[in-house]
Amino acid sequence: MEALFLLIPLSVLLVFGALWLYFAAADGGQFDDLVGPALRILEDDDRAASDEALN
Amino acid sequence: MDLALNYNYRVVKQFAIATVVWGIVGMLVGVVIAAQLAWPELNLDIPWLTYGRLRPLHTNAVIFAFGISGLFATSYYVVQRTCQVRLFSDKLAAFTFWGWQAVILSAVVTLPMGLTRGKEYAELEWPITLLIAVVWIAYATVFFGTLVKRKVQHIYVANWFFGSFIIAVTILHVVNGASMPATLTKSYSAYTGVQDAMIQWWYGHNAVGFILTAGYLGMVYYFIPKQAERPVYSYRLSIVHFWALIFTYMWAGPHHLHYTALPDWTQSLGMVFSLVLLAPSWGGMINGIMTLSGAWHKLRSDPILKFMIVSLSFYGMATFEGPMMSIKTVNALSHYTDWGIAHVHGGALGWVGFITMGSIYYLLPRLAGRQHMHSMRLVDVHFWVATIGVVLYIAAMWIAGVMQGLMWRAVNPDGTLTYTFVEGVKATYPYYVVRFLGGLLYLGGMCIMGYNTWMTLRNRATAKARIPVLAADPA
Repeated sequence: MEALFLLIPLSVLLVFGALWLYFAAADGGQFDDLVGPALRILEDDDRAASDEALN
Repeated sequence: MDLALNYNYRVVKQFAIATVVWGIVGMLVGVVIAAQLAWPELNLDIPWLTYGRLRPLHTNAVIFAFGISGLFATSYYVVQRTCQVRLFSDKLAAFTFWGWQAVILSAVVTLPMGLTRGKEYAELEWPITLLIAVVWIAYATVFFGTLVKRKVQHIYVANWFFGSFIIAVTILHVVNGASMPATLTKSYSAYTGVQDAMIQWWYGHNAVGFILTAGYLGMVYYFIPKQAERPVYSYRLSIVHFWALIFTYMWAGPHHLHYTALPDWTQSLGMVFSLVLLAPSWGGMINGIMTLSGAWHKLRSDPILKFMIVSLSFYGMATFEGPMMSIKTVNALSHYTDWGIAHVHGGALGWVGFITMGSIYYLLPRLAGRQHMHSMRLVDVHFWVATIGVVLYIAAMWIAGVMQGLMWRAVNPDGTLTYTFVEGVKATYPYYVVRFLGGLLYLGGMCIMGYNTWMTLRNRATAKARIPVLAADPA
């Protein structure tokens, strides 16, 4: 099952990569505030101005 | 220092339009091949229109043209608005749009010509594969470049889902695309036999997991809270299930290869991880649906929210059905039957289709500087037509699939098979007709969306959306 000689090392590498990414993010404070970000996107007003008349 | 005043809505709008247009095209091809299965005369003896060549055109059109255009549009919108900066590079973003259209058009030409690598969802021959790689690197550069230059410290959770989708596709594409070109239009896979099968279904299932799941969960985590005007039910859960999902998905591929030449232990590994996958998937579903907590009444009057919440219901159904079908004993019945088709289309039409439609309906008015789509009533009509279509489709294929599985394995007391294969085909015929009708309804809904999109956008310039000036960023 030679394909596994590629897939398993690749997957292990990916797991280490993901772990590194997770800890880098956590150490960088990305997961410190788990309430604020959910509310902040709601504060971002992306509505258009009131409908102008159609051209 | 980035002096841009406005967000780049132009490329978002281009991809949003592309999503609608390719949706109609891809679903039309689907309806054609559904008709051909019921009425094979519709192959018309024209090579370019035969089922064998049109089927991959359908799958490529709905996944790569419709689906990924939708992901481009929404990821470019979400990354800008949540990071409060304009895209990293307008030029590269424009290149991703035109480059991706070139990929799609190459597929439209080459697949009916019968040029194929013969690998599911990876049919496009090597020159197009290279173009995909180039466009994808540009996409990654734009997306991650925008994250790097963000003005909001916290990276909103939707961007993690989009980011993982982009990275995963890069890896999957390179590994499964590895091939030796023989001529301009023909290459041979770097892998052979059951090795190739394993790589192919590692690719195939991760395509489902990272394109068709992670990518669209990115849409869920932005557009559902925005449309419902409610925060994500549990932000903590969104992070936890993200990591659980991306760890588990990579191992599920072997469930496509039960009872084949793939080693038993590999099949068992795939089965176990597929079952485990139920948990993080349902975490996402629960998180999205419960976001409506306190706002359920909005479902009565808001058709966009209907698309979004029903998409999560189908997501939950498909992510329960999938693990069940990954169990070897169940798979012994379901493999190669239309149950697989039912499963795919519940996920594709119900989950992916609906969340895309809901998100694009959210985007289009804002891109045109309007408060609403041209007609919210038509959005509602679309929802009901499409939902009936999905239900007809999957019910027909469930019945057909289980019936096929039972007929194929039925044995007489003397050990001979009870039915010939063609008797199973004949018994399936009425279900192919119903499925064709269901698909036709779904296509009809998409055409309604096309009309509504046209009426919403025409004669309107792309909206200019000012990037807010932030005071001190607290987080």
